[in-house]
Amino acid sequence: MAGGQENGRLARWFHRRGWSDIIIAAPYVWLILFFLIPFLIVLAMSFATRTPTAPPFSFGGENPIMNLRGYQRLFEDDIYFRAFLTSVSNAGFSTLLCLLIGYPMALCLTRVSTSWRNILLMLVILPFWTSFLLRVYAWMGLMGTNSWFNKLLTGAWNGIVPDDMALRSIQMMNTNFAVILVTVYTYLPFMILPLYANLEKLDRTLDEAAMDLGSRPFRVFVDVTLPQSIPGIIAGGLLVFIPAAGELVIPSLVGNSAQPMIGRVISDEFASARDWPMASSVAVALLILLVIPMMAYTYFSGKAEQRLEDRK
Amino acid sequence: MNRRPVFLITVLCFGFAFFYIPILSMIIYSFNASKLATVWGGFSTKWYGALMGNQQVISALMLSLKIAVISSTMATILGTMAGITLARFRRFRGRVLFSGLVTAPLVMPDVIIGISSLMMFILMAEWLGWPSQRGFTTITLAHITFSMVYVTVIVQSRLVAADQAIEEAAMDLGSRPWQVLRDITLPVISPAILSGWLLAFTISLDEVVITSFTTGPGNTTLPLLIWSKVKLGVSPEINALGSIIVVVVGIGVFTAGWIMHRAERRRNLDARLAYRTNG
Amino acid sequence: MQMRAPSSDAALTDPFIRIENVSKSFGTFQAVRNVSLTVTKGEIFSLLGGSGCGKTTLLRMLAGFEAPTEGRIFIDGQDMAGVPPYLRPVHMMFQSYALFPHMTVEKNVGYGLKHEDMTPAQRIDRVAEMLDLVQLSQFATRKPHQISGGQRQRVALARALARAPKLLLLDEPLAALDKKLREATQFELMNIQEKTGVTFIVVTHDQDEAMTLSDRIAVMDKGEVRQVGRAADIYENPNSRFVAGFIGSITTFDGTVSGISGDTAQVHVPEWGDTVTARMTEGIGPGKPVSLALRPEKIILSRDRPEGPNVQHGVVRDLGYFGKDSLYRVTLPSGKLVLVHAVNARRRGERLADWDDAVWLSFEPEAAILLAQ
Repeated sequence: MAGGQENGRLARWFHRRGWSDIIIAAPYVWLILFFLIPFLIVLAMSFATRTPTAPPFSFGGENPIMNLRGYQRLFEDDIYFRAFLTSVSNAGFSTLLCLLIGYPMALCLTRVSTSWRNILLMLVILPFWTSFLLRVYAWMGLMGTNSWFNKLLTGAWNGIVPDDMALRSIQMMNTNFAVILVTVYTYLPFMILPLYANLEKLDRTLDEAAMDLGSRPFRVFVDVTLPQSIPGIIAGGLLVFIPAAGELVIPSLVGNSAQPMIGRVISDEFASARDWPMASSVAVALLILLVIPMMAYTYFSGKAEQRLEDRK
Repeated sequence: MNRRPVFLITVLCFGFAFFYIPILSMIIYSFNASKLATVWGGFSTKWYGALMGNQQVISALMLSLKIAVISSTMATILGTMAGITLARFRRFRGRVLFSGLVTAPLVMPDVIIGISSLMMFILMAEWLGWPSQRGFTTITLAHITFSMVYVTVIVQSRLVAADQAIEEAAMDLGSRPWQVLRDITLPVISPAILSGWLLAFTISLDEVVITSFTTGPGNTTLPLLIWSKVKLGVSPEINALGSIIVVVVGIGVFTAGWIMHRAERRRNLDARLAYRTNG
Repeated sequence: MQMRAPSSDAALTDPFIRIENVSKSFGTFQAVRNVSLTVTKGEIFSLLGGSGCGKTTLLRMLAGFEAPTEGRIFIDGQDMAGVPPYLRPVHMMFQSYALFPHMTVEKNVGYGLKHEDMTPAQRIDRVAEMLDLVQLSQFATRKPHQISGGQRQRVALARALARAPKLLLLDEPLAALDKKLREATQFELMNIQEKTGVTFIVVTHDQDEAMTLSDRIAVMDKGEVRQVGRAADIYENPNSRFVAGFIGSITTFDGTVSGISGDTAQVHVPEWGDTVTARMTEGIGPGKPVSLALRPEKIILSRDRPEGPNVQHGVVRDLGYFGKDSLYRVTLPSGKLVLVHAVNARRRGERLADWDDAVWLSFEPEAAILLAQ
């Protein structure tokens, strides 16, 4: 009797009936059709040339297969480099701030009593379910030059600084500061939730062992809690950084249009300039930039899961 | 930790203030009588009244709801299949690619997903003749693709955590694989499937970037409508609309949380009952 | 304490379950190597071994969840090759019980009956009958999370027996239970088996469990069956150092056979410090190296030098007092540590020997186990 394959038990019996084929194939085919193929189109498009036809591309030109003109422009034209820089720095600062604010919040959630915890968790999750767009909009309301918030801050500022540095209002809208602030605001739950999941599963008796051996709470945190939460930090951090780098909505609404982020550049190239090939080249460049963080994310979130598996 | 961690609680409170002050501000100003959204001109509910009669808003809402229902249902079906595949079928040809295809949309910037989908739809229209017009169908197709991966993650992690032995036990007792799926697997993961559906529904309802690329004339979803208005700046109508959405979602989340809390309380009672009866 | 009256040897010639030269490999790893076993109808048969010995893999092959790489399995004369688990007359009680969490106890027990040709009324009766068998009738409408661990196990048992299978497989049935519950469950299992007459195959790593529960035991190690027999046979006549050491405590010595006369052998055992007279076994020849194994309870500890062969003196290094008996660790002049077990037949703490006491050890030739190396 031939040996069975290395496969899940349910799977092997499914194979006999052809059910497994459907269950595997349906989502697989869908994703290939509607995700992979579009992606491949972008890839191919980045090697094409812009033409005033509709659709606005062709594979003609000196080198129809490997036209690197688009990629060349990426390095030649300053605007792209600056956009990448802006995106990475905005996303980077946002991630850092999310970590600094989100980590204590997540940690606090693990330390409060269970009855409070459910309510607090719900309060953290609630903004996550609310419209993303509305959350950005809500901040627009606060950051406008005539808002109560702005007036409050301006007043406070004017109160502390000498008179010659007083302002009528603080310029918050249309700045990189605004982009970072709103990004932190909208992406904070994405940092808190994976962190909380990681921290919650930690063995509390290790903390007790450390304290028993003479460490003060802060040292316990640094020596015991922090190292163990690294997979969560990385997973949460990447979950913020990667989408934040490619953000379009936030910079469009509250950002400085003189310092566009890469998402805006792609969108403009595509829609306004109707330059599909160039937009694709920039998109591919962004993906190349992000592929390592993406793979790191898969690795670390897999590692965090592995910890739980080992614990079982 | 028995001692109340003061530092952490302070940060937590600031965090929550950070979360809710902007939203509360928006809600308060939705009752602002003045048209200038940021200057208080007295209390008024006229903006809510204006909303009710605003045909644009209502049809956008209807369109969004329709798309959301269809796309989340399809996404749940496909996502559940994918979740079962990844959790139960260890090896099959192309598993690595499948795994990658499921993870990628989660972290890929939606701008790229947007332009890639649009390019494909346009090219399809050129070469295959379909879709001739972008709109409801293309938006729904894109939404399904984008949200199914969230369902997959939820279903997969629930399946991995469940005791695989119960499926074996069902087979051992005589059920064929499709019966095991129907009787055991699906019922056990039904909470995950439900959360997946809710998540897909919310994602679809809120989606703006990909929708803006894959839509066509006359098909304005609610987020797209808000987006176009918001680009022009803060306005009291949006304050009102936003407040309604926030409150509705808030009620939904609270209800769900309360139901889950009750279910957990009952489970704890049951466990205690079992412990006492002993045997 | 042997609880089961041993099944007659005649029954062994009419095997109900036949495992013929079965091997199972996972890639390069061989989990089961060329195992052949027969199990009689109505027997309780145990597969005993440590983790990784292949016993669970063998069980899963019987259930149908794994297919043998080589060899065949016959249940009641029917070749199980290619037969999926849902078509086999075999049911399993899983180690984790694997109860369906969304179904009541009743529904769980009755789950397999859907595939039986019965009327709904008959099914209800059958479920009631099974619940009665395991004494869980009043919990019929509870869900698994509403009953205790021991009760869940009984549900798992009732569920597996509902379809009156020809063979019931039990995966570490007593492992998750605490001591008191374990004893009670052991008796229950044996009662139920007698009542229903179903053949049981039990997988366990606990030798006490195997010895009390089973008619026959197969000791497994690294995918192979080392010895099959009744508990007494395996305990008193192990066929190898491994089996001797696996079951119960034992002290083993190395020696060389110096002479054979009739049914006794003279063995030169340097560690004992003398020549030992032991009962002959097969495979022993003059000049051959052998292992001499002694069970602690077969060695007699005394303060005065006894008569007879196989006498040596030693010093008590350690002793463990267990109320009804004591376990001594005695050092011989050669330095060898010997385990000796003695019943505390005397009262008022008059111990047979104390720490650092000089004592005499002796044993009968029949008590020694000789194993060819």
